[in-house]
Amino acid sequence: MTTLDAGTVAEDRVAVASNWRLVWWRFRRHHLAMLSAVLLIGLYVVVLMPDFFATQDPERTDARQAFIPVQMVHLFDDGKLAPWVPAIAGKRNPVTLRMEWTTDKQRKVPIRFFAPGHRWRVLGLFETNLHLIAPADPTQRIFLLGSDRLGRDQWSRIMHGTQTSMTVGLVAVALSVILGVVLGGISGYVGGKTDQVIQRVIELLQSVPTIPIWLALSAALPRDWTPTEIFFAITVILSLVGWTTLGREVRGRFLALREEDFVLAARLAGCSQMRIILRHMVPTFLSHIIATSSLAIPVMIINETSLSFLGLGIRPPAISWGVLLQEAQNIQTLALAPWLLIPGLVVIVAVLAFNLVGDGLRDAADPYSQ
Amino acid sequence: MTRYILRRLALLPLLMVVYSFVIFVIIQAPPGDFLTAYVATLASSGSSMSAEQVQALRQQYGLDQPMIVQYVLWLQHLLHGDFGLSLEYQRPNADLIGEQLGLTLALALFSLVLTWVIAVPAGIYSATHPRSWGDHALTVINYVGVATPNFMLALILMWIAFAYFDISVTGLFSPEFADAPWSLARVLDLLGHIWLPALVLGIAGTARLSRIMRANLLDELNKPYVVTARAKGMKEWRLVLRYPVRLAFNPLVSTIGWYLPLLFSGSLIVATVMNLPNIGPLLLRALVNQDMYLAGGILLIYSFLTVLGTLLSDILLALIDPRIRVEG
Amino acid sequence: MTPLLSVRDLRVSFALDEGLVRAVDGTSFDVMPGQVLGVVGESGCGKSVTMRAILQLIERPGRITSGEIRFRRRDGDNAVDIARLPPRGPEMRDIRGGEIALIPQEPMAAFSPVHTVGDQVIEAILLHGHRWQEGGRRLRRAEARDITVGLFRDVGISMPEQRIDAFSWQLSGGLRQRAMIAMALSCKPRLLIADEPTTAIDVTTQAQVLALLRDLQARYNTAIIFITHDLGVIAQMASYVVVMYLGRVMEQGPVDDIFHNPRHPYTKALLRSIPSLHGATRVALPVISGALPHPFNRPPGCPFHPRCPDAMARCAAAIPSLQPVAAHQLASCFLHHDQAEPA
Repeated sequence: MTTLDAGTVAEDRVAVASNWRLVWWRFRRHHLAMLSAVLLIGLYVVVLMPDFFATQDPERTDARQAFIPVQMVHLFDDGKLAPWVPAIAGKRNPVTLRMEWTTDKQRKVPIRFFAPGHRWRVLGLFETNLHLIAPADPTQRIFLLGSDRLGRDQWSRIMHGTQTSMTVGLVAVALSVILGVVLGGISGYVGGKTDQVIQRVIELLQSVPTIPIWLALSAALPRDWTPTEIFFAITVILSLVGWTTLGREVRGRFLALREEDFVLAARLAGCSQMRIILRHMVPTFLSHIIATSSLAIPVMIINETSLSFLGLGIRPPAISWGVLLQEAQNIQTLALAPWLLIPGLVVIVAVLAFNLVGDGLRDAADPYSQ
Repeated sequence: MTRYILRRLALLPLLMVVYSFVIFVIIQAPPGDFLTAYVATLASSGSSMSAEQVQALRQQYGLDQPMIVQYVLWLQHLLHGDFGLSLEYQRPNADLIGEQLGLTLALALFSLVLTWVIAVPAGIYSATHPRSWGDHALTVINYVGVATPNFMLALILMWIAFAYFDISVTGLFSPEFADAPWSLARVLDLLGHIWLPALVLGIAGTARLSRIMRANLLDELNKPYVVTARAKGMKEWRLVLRYPVRLAFNPLVSTIGWYLPLLFSGSLIVATVMNLPNIGPLLLRALVNQDMYLAGGILLIYSFLTVLGTLLSDILLALIDPRIRVEG
Repeated sequence: MTPLLSVRDLRVSFALDEGLVRAVDGTSFDVMPGQVLGVVGESGCGKSVTMRAILQLIERPGRITSGEIRFRRRDGDNAVDIARLPPRGPEMRDIRGGEIALIPQEPMAAFSPVHTVGDQVIEAILLHGHRWQEGGRRLRRAEARDITVGLFRDVGISMPEQRIDAFSWQLSGGLRQRAMIAMALSCKPRLLIADEPTTAIDVTTQAQVLALLRDLQARYNTAIIFITHDLGVIAQMASYVVVMYLGRVMEQGPVDDIFHNPRHPYTKALLRSIPSLHGATRVALPVISGALPHPFNRPPGCPFHPRCPDAMARCAAAIPSLQPVAAHQLASCFLHHDQAEPA
């Protein structure tokens, strides 16, 4: 009898739960999606304060410290908690005249957590010199993920690249959502000629290869713009082409909902147009829009990375994942310093996480859509 | 059916006019015109041009006219097959594009075929063995495939080939065939090289397509007509291939509509990274150097190819699906 | 007379994430050659699953856990146990379509929309036709097409030569079901399973289809298992009735005995819920109290006892077995006998 009671209690709990609570319950069951969500939250913490995670100034160059390999963090020394990284020993190759580096595990460079390093501003508000990881000796440079051809620290640069690339994805999708919901909503709710025009525009945009158009648009940006201006222009360009999928979807929902009884009921009850749209129609597919947009972010990230990699997206001195990967364009360099591919792995992991979260959200928001 | 195709064909020129206008606006957008860029290029190489010469050229190309007149002039030239002259190469754009177009198409089509050859059987396997180890493994591969940018995959493969096997996987031909005239040996050499870039280009599409195939087929396998066919006493694999696969396949054909643009987009990047003869890298150079009519020509070719591809896929869909053929 | 099909203590269960659902839980009945057997019960009582089991068409996660389905094949004296045959093996495929055919519920969904109806019937003939040809000769496609045209004419489809090349969605509901019947009859089966063949079509067409089935049955002397929740249809079609509830047989017997002298409280309740033309019009139609239990929460003892007006203490403790209660009638109810199923 107790199991039966427990069953009905559970059923009652489900019966009174709000839609958001139900979505959350279903989402929680996707373990991979939950794990990915935690990872994404971590990445957005990096977005908020990349300097806290960086070990040094990402722009600091030193030609004598080019192509230094990865210095792996070791937590324990002689069984005691005393984090260190192996020291770097360099020798010039007499034939190629290149510096060749090796890590020397015998010589340990001690590092500390939550230790002082270079100065930075928290959210542009106040100054601090606190870092997650810093060498015990502030004059020493450590390269957790190696260095590039100019001797810049890749770890610190990835932290700053994360800030740019993740923000581009988010802002571009936010703009796409606004465009998609407004235009798709008008298209679906008004119908008629307006709908026809918007649908043709969507078809036009969807049937051209996007990368060439993006490239052409961003090639049209004035050369003398600041990195910030370029950054915003790129996000606008990405979203100008990217809103169509969402627009289609919102239109479809509006068309379907227009015929629903509860909308008719609201109309008969004398609700205003605006109230019907905002209070009755939008909430029924809001969770769906959120799921769709979370699946659009990784697409934007891949596009930004591709554009920047080709040299027509975010431009140096701004740092993004794509900008970092420009360093990996040369195969000879890559054979010498394979760690330059690491930003690409970060891209893959981030995109994977977004896709898993998006799929999890979609399944949770719309359990019958499968 | 014939009426449907004719209607679509009639719409094609109209669509191309709209595209050409949008493209013209985009290539016009950079500050200055291509003569200012040209003069700057000349200056940087040490030679120069008199103001009269510049003025004459400007008149010849109609650059002193309002934009709409320039557009009409461009369109007129296009209609006569004249894509203009490339500033950087000092050669007709039509020749430049023509040289690379064949191999561009070859790469895209080869990749399309490869995608389908891999994605359809993988999707069928996944759907007929749901939750098996094979299905789970394919799911993982699909997720990673979608998450990996084309150029990243190209870089990794090139690096592995170079660093560990000491071979170069760039280009579409071995050195001895690079500039050779067409022959059977050259075609075989091309086939020996093209599969890797085609695979790199198709990986994300393959992943997406096999997911779609899996979902469609899972849907179809639950339909009553499958039970009917089983109750007839058909062999299971024959039945699956003849009925549900056939039905799951139809919506897949309509994916060509979005897959072709994706292929051309991707081929631009892959061709740039892997140094392939392709109009993609040509476009990239043209954009960077403000070689505007070359860029415009290539953009127009891309649009034309995708519109044509979508049209062909719609016709194909109508041919294989009686529900569309009879009603449409 | 030896039965054509004999189902004994059949059990089918579905292993779902939420638990084990015992959809068929110890069902037994016989079908005689040429007999029309009606199977009635509310939806979800295991009628369709039982029929799928007879064709070995239970899909994962379901499976036949125990019991026998003995079927006497055309050329054999001894019956084969279908429950032991591999579902995808050659012998099972010979029986399916060749000796036991199915008329499914929804003729619209039961045809593939991208193949012509004729194509789908011809395919069935090509699969089995050689077994009633002299020397087992394989039929040619043109021959199969001619046979199909003849079949279409037999089931009352006008202009069969044209209709054979139509797609199912181009035909009316009645024509679709006729085409389905043609397909089922195409290989001269000895047993036809009609799974609610008239639920999805309108009432006038329904009457025509039933008349057609009766006519064909008389002509070919095919045994039919007729599944329905409509007792009126049973009265028209069947000579023998099996009443099912929650995967078990509650009562079975000749159609007149069941209708005029029902023994099981469930059968009585079912019959009471039929509207009558002659009864008082202002009386509310009696309903069976309570709802069908959730499949995960099967009641212990007799499955019907929570809703039974005559339930006794014993009904909740033990499951009554199916026993003779009159000359030709069997029922599983402690009101009529005290034989329980072995625990």
